[in-house]
Formats: sequence, structure tokens, C-alpha cells
Amino acid sequence: MPGKKAVLTDTDRRLLAALQKGFSPVPEPFRELAAQVGMTEEALIARLRELKEMGVIRRLGAIIDSRKIGYTGTLCALAVPPERIPEVAEVINSYPEVTHNYVREHETYNVWFTILAPSHERINQILQEIKEKTGITQFLNLPARRIFKIRVNFDLEGSHDRAGTAPDPGAGE
Amino acid sequence: MTEQEQRLILELGNNFPLTSRPFREIGKRVGMSEEAVIAKVKEYLEKGIIRRLSVALRQQHVGFTANAMVVWRVPPERVEEVGKKLASFPEVTHCYERLPTPEWPYNLYTMIHRPRREECWEIIRKLSSAVGVKDFLVLFSTQELKRSNPQYFTERGEEGE
Repeated sequence: MPGKKAVLTDTDRRLLAALQKGFSPVPEPFRELAAQVGMTEEALIARLRELKEMGVIRRLGAIIDSRKIGYTGTLCALAVPPERIPEVAEVINSYPEVTHNYVREHETYNVWFTILAPSHERINQILQEIKEKTGITQFLNLPARRIFKIRVNFDLEGSHDRAGTAPDPGAGE
Repeated sequence: MTEQEQRLILELGNNFPLTSRPFREIGKRVGMSEEAVIAKVKEYLEKGIIRRLSVALRQQHVGFTANAMVVWRVPPERVEEVGKKLASFPEVTHCYERLPTPEWPYNLYTMIHRPRREECWEIIRKLSSAVGVKDFLVLFSTQELKRSNPQYFTERGEEGE
């Protein structure tokens, strides 16, 4: 499912753009949203379910600030011989605490992943296990010192320079 | 945080119902009234525990396939100023300060998502000249190996994807 590009209608884009700006904690939040977009509540909920099924919507609901509930995160990089990437990725991805993992273009550090866990001890334990299981010793552990911005809104309605509109949220690591 | 609050946060974050009265539905699951759930959500929004009620999209599906992580090497005394300046650009979705290491001297990290690489480069050139920092690397992603929702309050490994 992921990887294939979905075909979004103009209504979908309006709907997702409105949703990205956020909805209110009211008894019928989707009715309010539907009025904004010019759809019925029933049609909007049905379309949201489809967009979720199609994989366009990764998650809907409360975007939690993980640090505020005691979680801590880090960004790590490993130097993996290209032919070993699938096998090493399997080890890394086996931890539910690993939330993102990408191959990136760099001559040395080519596998970049984020860990989100309840403690530094748990993060260090995961890293130690990954090193032991894969035998890869060249790695970076780069915990965040300060967050200037987390925002994963995408500009769905055109003009690049106004990306997303509201200055804000995201599923932060 | 009580066990009920933890369950509430899980339901709100990872299991939000697509129904007409979502907070009533969540209340049923965790043993709270609709009003009590809404009051808690407002409290969490105020405290910043919930950043907002919103949506996370899979960027490939909405056409933002080029994903550039730009790592900047900034003199320590300029980190605050440059970090704030980079974060002020709407094209920058994430901006973090991270401690440099001897083998990796970069201390500011920004993410840029665009439909095409050339557009990323255009933005990166604009950022570089705006902050006057020429020492940076651009790491484009070539493959997504994993992208999952954070798992809170679960027994390790119990709850996967």
C-alpha cells in the first residue's frame, strides 16, 4: 500500500488542508469540518475512512508531544554496506521504539533512524543490541538538544511559499 | 499520569474513531463521559501534551517525494540565531539542534519535503544565503525502511505496527 501514489480530488485536498489545520474538541468535530469544506458530515467521515485505508492518512487524532509525557528521542545513523541494508534494516525495524528509518545518500552514514523511548537507558540498550546483532560499529547517536520547530503540514492547495499555512504541529520525534 | 489517562492518550492518539461522536466513543472505551473526555482534551491542549487534533499524511501520497535532511555546521554562538531563522521558513518542517560529535561536526538539522529535488535545492540555496552558512550537507532519502506511529505506554515489543 505505501509507496503507490493515490489520486486525490480537489475536494480531498481541501478536506486534508482543513484537517491539517486542526479540528476542535467539540462533540461533533467532523460536522464542523464538513461545513468548512462544503460536504455533509456523513460523506466526510466516509471519505476520511477511505483516505486512511488508501494510506494517504497515516494517522488522525491527537498529535502528542512525546516529551511532555516522559518520552525521549534520538536520531541515529549507521554505516551499512549497501548489500547488507535489508538485513540490517530488519534488525533495526524490529524495535517498536524505532519510528522512522531511511536510507539516505551519504558516502559513510547511509541508514538513518529515530528512536523514541521512555528513557535514555532504553535507547542505549537498543543501540547496543543493534550493534551486537549486526556487528556494525560505525554509528552516530545524535540526541536533540533543542527543538526549534516541528511541523509536518504540507501545502496541498498550491502556492509553495505559503506551505501548510498555520505555523505548527506534527508527529514529532 | 493514571492508567486511565494513559489509555485515554492512546485512544486519542493512535485509535481515534472516525464517527460522528468520537469523544463519546473514546469515553465508552476508557470508562469516561463524553464531557469528561472533551474536558481532558482541552486540558491537554492547554498544557501542550496534545499539540493539536489533526492528521499526519503519508508524504509520498500527497506528492512530496523528495525528502532532504540538511545538516548545518554553525558556530556555537550563532546556533540560536540561525536555528530560529531557519525554523521561520515555511518550507522547513523540522529544525533541531543536536550535539556534534568528533566525526560528525554538524549541529543544526532541518527537514525539507518537496515534490522534486530541484525544488529542495532551490530552498536550500535560499536558506544558506539567508543565514550566511556555507558549511552544510544535504542527505536525500532514497528509500523508506520504516515509518510508524509512536507506541506509547505499551509493553515493549508487544504492540508492533
